[in-house]
Amino acid sequence: MHSFSQRFFANPRVALSLLWLSFVVLLAIAAPIIAPGSPFAIVAKPFAPPLGDFLFGTDSLGRDLMAGLVHGARTSLLIAILATLAAVAFGTLVGAIAGFYGGFVDDILMRITEFFQTIPAFIFAIVLVAILAPSGTSLVIAIATVSWPPIARVVRGEVLTIKAREFVQAAIVAGQRDMAILFGQVLPNALSPLIVTGSLLVANAILIESALSFLGLGAPNLMSWGFQIGAGRAFLRDAWWLVTVPGIAILLTVLSINLAGEGLNDALNPRLRDL
Amino acid sequence: MSDAVLTIDNLTVSLPAWADRPHAVNGVSLQVMRKEILCVVGESGSGKSVMAKAILRLLPEPHVRVAGGRVIYEGQDLLALSADGIRVIRGGRIAMIFQEPMVALNPLMTVGRQTDEIIEVHTKLRPAERRKRIVEVFGDVRLPEPERMLASYPHELSGGQRQRVMIAMALALEPALIIADEPTTALDVTTQAQILKLLKELQAKHGTAIMFITHDFGVVAEIADRVAVMRQGVLVEHGRGKDILRHPQHDYTRALIAAVPSLVPRHTLRDARSGAPSLLSVSGLEKTFAGRGGAFSLGAQRVRAVAGVSLEVQKGRSLALVGESGSGKSTLARCIVGLERADKGAIRLEGTDIAGLSRAKLRPYRKALQMVFQDPFASLNPRWRVGDIIAQGPVVAGTPRKTALGEARELLRLVGLDPKAADRYPHEFSGGQRQRIGIARALAVKPKLIIADEPVSALDVSVQKQVLDLLDELRTTFDLSMLFITHDLRVAAHVCEEIAVMKDGAIVEQGSTAAIFARPQHAYTQALLASVPGRDWQTCT
Repeated sequence: MHSFSQRFFANPRVALSLLWLSFVVLLAIAAPIIAPGSPFAIVAKPFAPPLGDFLFGTDSLGRDLMAGLVHGARTSLLIAILATLAAVAFGTLVGAIAGFYGGFVDDILMRITEFFQTIPAFIFAIVLVAILAPSGTSLVIAIATVSWPPIARVVRGEVLTIKAREFVQAAIVAGQRDMAILFGQVLPNALSPLIVTGSLLVANAILIESALSFLGLGAPNLMSWGFQIGAGRAFLRDAWWLVTVPGIAILLTVLSINLAGEGLNDALNPRLRDL
Repeated sequence: MSDAVLTIDNLTVSLPAWADRPHAVNGVSLQVMRKEILCVVGESGSGKSVMAKAILRLLPEPHVRVAGGRVIYEGQDLLALSADGIRVIRGGRIAMIFQEPMVALNPLMTVGRQTDEIIEVHTKLRPAERRKRIVEVFGDVRLPEPERMLASYPHELSGGQRQRVMIAMALALEPALIIADEPTTALDVTTQAQILKLLKELQAKHGTAIMFITHDFGVVAEIADRVAVMRQGVLVEHGRGKDILRHPQHDYTRALIAAVPSLVPRHTLRDARSGAPSLLSVSGLEKTFAGRGGAFSLGAQRVRAVAGVSLEVQKGRSLALVGESGSGKSTLARCIVGLERADKGAIRLEGTDIAGLSRAKLRPYRKALQMVFQDPFASLNPRWRVGDIIAQGPVVAGTPRKTALGEARELLRLVGLDPKAADRYPHEFSGGQRQRIGIARALAVKPKLIIADEPVSALDVSVQKQVLDLLDELRTTFDLSMLFITHDLRVAAHVCEEIAVMKDGAIVEQGSTAAIFARPQHAYTQALLASVPGRDWQTCT
C-alpha cells in the first residue's frame, strides 16, 4: 500500500490540476509585478485584439485584459478561500455540536441548517449582497452563509458515527470533559471527509463570486473574472476574447479544484477505489 | 474415494499486492463426502471463508482470485464453468448459508417470496407447487406456522428464525452440498444449540453433505464427522472429528484446542465468609429506554433494559454477569460506569451512592471505576499514540503528562507488550495486542474495580486465552475486583468465582460459579448450560 502523497500525486488528473492551480496562485501573488498599477486603468485604444501589443487584447474601455485576469485571480481566490474557511469553521461547529449532544440541541441546530438549505443558494446570496452593499467583505459573508449547511451535515454525520465508537466512551470513563472529547478525540477522526468537502466548496465559492460579479454585485473596486465577463458580454460578436478568456480561466480553475478534490477523496479512502 | 461430493484439488487463491500475504488459500486439497458434516476450523485470516467463496466463485474478483487448482463437482471443474454453468450449480446443487441472516436476506421482500425466487429460477414448477414446496421446507426447519411465515418480512423474525429461513432456502432444492459459513456465530447460545441440532437432523434426513466453517471448537465437537484445520491459508491437519479433538497431531491444532477454556470452574471461593467488605453494591437498579419517536409522535415505545437488578461485588472478587444478547447486561454495566444514567435504584461504590450523578460530579469516582471494552478496533483512537491513549486517564486526573507517559511504558510492560509500543499508533497492533493496550488504559488510574464488557468476544481463541490469563494475573497483582460481562459460560468459568445469570433485564440466579455449574436451579440457567456447544467433549478427555 502506497503512502497518501504517492497515491495523491501519482494520479495524472491531480497532477495536471495542481499544475494549473499553482500557476493561478502564482499569478495571483505576482499580480502587482506582472501588471503594476490599477487593472481599471485605461492603457490603449478599446477592442485591441489579442496577441497584439497586449497578450489578451483590451476591452471596451481600453483596459488591459491580461492585467484584469491576474488581478481577478487574486480577487477570486482570496474571496473563495476566505468564504470557504468561514463556512467550514461555522459548519463544523454547528455540525459537531449537533452530532455530539444529539436530542433537543440536534433538533434545533438541524432545523436551522435545513432552513438555510431550503432557500435557493444563489438567490439568497444576491439578497445578502444587496442588503449588505457590495464589497469584498459582504461577498465573503454572503458566500459563507450559503455554503455552510452541507459542511454542518457532513460533520454531524461523521460525529454521530464516531461518537458511538468505544474510544469515545473510554474517554468519558476516563473523565475527560465534553469539549476535550469533541475536539481531541472526535473531530480529528472526521478530518478527511471535511477536507474533501471543503476543497470542493472552494470551487463552488469561485462560481458564486463570479456569478455575483457578473451581475454587477461584486466588489466595485476589485477586478474579478465574473466582472470581466459581465462587462464584455455586450460585445460578444465584435470582441469574443472579452468573454472567452476569463470564461476559460474560470472553467479551468473550477475544474482543477474539483479534480484535485476528487483525487484527495480517492487518496484518503483508497479502499473505495480498489475494491 | 468415489463417495466424494466435492473434491478440492490444490486450490490456491491469491490476494492483491497490498495484502499481508500473497495467498489467502495456498494449495489446499480436501474432499467432502456424501452424508457427512465436514468442519473447517481456523482463526480469523486462516482463509477458510475465502476457500468457501472460491468454490461457488463468489470472490471479489479481480482483486482476490483463484490462481490455481480445481474444484470438482460431479466430474466437472467448477472453476472452469461458464457464468451460466455456475449459476445452475449455485443455489441449485450447492447452497450456501451465511453468517449474518439479517444481511443475507433482502429486507424489502417477504421471506416466502425470497425462497420462491430460488425455486423459480432453478425449476419449472408451477406457482402452486412451489408454494407447497416452500411450506414443506419451512416446516422442515421447524418454523412455527409455516403458512403465516411465508408472508413475513425479515425484520419481523427473530435471529434464530431468520437463520432457519436461510437454511430452508438452502434446502429448498435438495442440494447435494450445503456450505455454511459460520452460520451460528451471530446467534445466542441457546439458539445456536437449536440450529446445530436442526442441521444435524436435516442432514440425517436428507443425506446432504455439509461443509461447516467455524472458529469454535465447541461447535466442532458438537456436529463434526470430519475436521479440517486451517492456518494462514494452509491445511495443517484433517481427519475424523473424534481423532482430531482427542488426539490432535499438529502443534497448531493442539495449541488451539488447549486454548479453549474449560467449562469446569477454575476458581473456587477461597474462603466462604460472606463478611468480605463490599466494594460495589447495586440495588434495585432500573433503566428504561424510550424509543425516540421524533418531536410529534405520541406514546413512544419503551424498553425496560434493566428491571430492578441488585448485585454485589466484594473486594478482590470477580463476578461474571452472564446473559444472552438483549438481556440488559451491557446496559447495566454502562449504568455502573456512568455512561448511562439509571432511572431508579442505587449504585454504591464503597458506600457512596453514585447513581444519577452528573458527569462532572462523577469525575472524582472515575479513578476507582474503569472499563475494558469489547471491540479492540473501535476502542482505541486511531489518531492517538498508544502512550497518550494509556496516559489519558491520569492526565485528566492531573498527573503531569511526562510522569503519566512514563507510567504508561511500565504498564505496557506489565500487560506483556514492548514499552516502545507507546510511540506507535493503534493500527500497528493486532486485535489481542490492542486489547492489552485497552487493559493498560483501564489500569492506568489504579482503579479498584474493572468492568470488562465482553473483552475477549472479538478475539481469536488462542489470543482469547492469553488475554483472560492476563486479566486473571493482573487481578492479583493490582488487588482488583472485576465485573466481567460475557455471553460465554466457558469464559465465565475460566476467570470468575462468582456468577450472576441475567435474562430480560433481571438477574435470575447468582452464586458461586462452582455451585451454579454443578446444580443450576433456575430453568434458564439449566438451558444455558445445556446449550454450551461440545460441553461433554472436554470433560471426557
